Amino acid sequence: MTTTAPVTQPLDVAALRADFPILARTVRDAKPLVYLDSGATSQRPRQVLDAERKFLETANAAVHRGAHQLAEEATDAYEEARAKIAAFVGVGVGEVVFTKNATEGVNLLAYALSNAATAGSEMERFTLRPGDEVVITEMEHHANLVPWQQLCQRTGATLRWLGVTEGSDPGRLDLANLDELVNERTKVVAFTHQSNVLGTVNPVTPVVARAREVGALTLLDACQSVPHGPVNFAKLGVDFAVFSGHKLLGPSGIGVLYGRRELLEAMPPFLTGGSMIELVKMEETTFAPPPQRFEAGVPMTSQAVGLGAAIDYLNAIGMDRVAAHEHALTEAAISGLQAIDGVRIVGPAEVVDRGGAVAFVVDGVHPHDVGQVLDSLGIAVRVGHHCAWPLHRRLGIPASVRASFYLYNDLSEVEVLVEGVREAQRFFGTA
Amino acid sequence: MHLQSMYQEIILDHYKNPHGRGLREPYDGESFQVNPTCGDEVTLRVKVEGEKVTDVSYDGQGCSISQAAASVLNDLVVDRTVDEAMTTMTAFVELMQGRGQVEPDEDVLEDAVAFAGVAKYPARVKCALLGWMAFKAALADAGVKPNGAEVQ
Repeated sequence: MTTTAPVTQPLDVAALRADFPILARTVRDAKPLVYLDSGATSQRPRQVLDAERKFLETANAAVHRGAHQLAEEATDAYEEARAKIAAFVGVGVGEVVFTKNATEGVNLLAYALSNAATAGSEMERFTLRPGDEVVITEMEHHANLVPWQQLCQRTGATLRWLGVTEGSDPGRLDLANLDELVNERTKVVAFTHQSNVLGTVNPVTPVVARAREVGALTLLDACQSVPHGPVNFAKLGVDFAVFSGHKLLGPSGIGVLYGRRELLEAMPPFLTGGSMIELVKMEETTFAPPPQRFEAGVPMTSQAVGLGAAIDYLNAIGMDRVAAHEHALTEAAISGLQAIDGVRIVGPAEVVDRGGAVAFVVDGVHPHDVGQVLDSLGIAVRVGHHCAWPLHRRLGIPASVRASFYLYNDLSEVEVLVEGVREAQRFFGTA
Repeated sequence: MHLQSMYQEIILDHYKNPHGRGLREPYDGESFQVNPTCGDEVTLRVKVEGEKVTDVSYDGQGCSISQAAASVLNDLVVDRTVDEAMTTMTAFVELMQGRGQVEPDEDVLEDAVAFAGVAKYPARVKCALLGWMAFKAALADAGVKPNGAEVQ
């Protein structure tokens, strides 16, 4: 068992930062790097880099094939990583499917559903037809939007979406018409746990409860939630969930699809080929049980090991403490930015059910230009629509600036950000 | 990094007081272009009489670089022949894709030489080229065959 410090004990950020070599570098004429773009990708601690390197230097082999010692050790390392990841999100080890990234996880489900249409009658529960509906939300990342649009185009089903609130508590998921939108025609409800733009943490329970009432499958995009606090998919009751390794202190090139065992066992595969088979004849093939059924070809291995090491690293710190730390940074960022005339926060201003993605606009200065000024000060933020173009269009803004935090950021960096935004206003003459 | 190397006074002037902005009639060709990475967009129209570009009108939303580039484009191609405009475009594209290594010819590029600093920032090159891509596509829409220049 790992021993975790109590939630009340703040993180020793200076000590943590020493684990992340990249954070010590300077950028743009010797400015210290202020990395506020972890919502796009996180940095990796030495422990993750070392684990990947050690695996490659001592145990690298193709997993789940071959009987030599390296093949055994590599397979063990790969499956140990799966077990760690499953425990981290509270699910069974056989319910974790490795994918290239979270996007592939969403596509895996969407294509499995379209493959069901040409399979036998036992796939009826996974089959979409004209008249059926898929429900998403207006705050989705393109990764949890485009695959469903495409699935609807392939099957003739209709795409519908839950809106986003305005008024006194803006940027929340609007559940006012949940019962109307999620109805007996609904086959899939796919929604984000935490918006990558607004920072909003969505209420999973009522959405899942309604989906269950009507017999729809649920998929949770957990890319922005799993890295930043305790998340238990089994307790949330979702049927499927996805997240990526590279936002979780881990490598790129690896993501996770969680699927409830009973569903994975019944579902047709997406990609087919080696590894995912049970018996192959020239005429026909039967498939391996999950999760192998959904992992065709030689999988990414050192990446899985690296992600396992990232989870060890986070477990040793404690996800409650990570969440508490980011909560404090988010509060400081929102109050600091709101204190500037001409700066508007995009998303909830109240730091309740809200994560550490803080998007904002600066009146009279385009987000690209704000980002350029911040970059000149060594501050890395995201600018643009953050792969949530329909959300920006809905909010009536072409783009925004987004600062996003992780465990290695501290309050002094929030101050540098706020001062940098003031500098952008001065440079463009709007202050 | 010195912000002034990218945001030269000429660029900021064009951004704050754009030349020829707004969509006008009549026109012969129109193009709508977006930068998918940031959502910036421009709609641009051209009017061509004989060999000559007689008007370029445009509207859209975008950062200072993309807006200033469209304004400079207007200066550089209106009342010039299509061939002259193409030569200018080729020179501008070459400058922008040169990673800051290309010495701009002020006789050809005039105010556009101010974008030399932008060329050092690959993420912003698309901003500077957005209006020019629209210009090229609008000429094609007008049935004018551009020769030589390639905007990627």
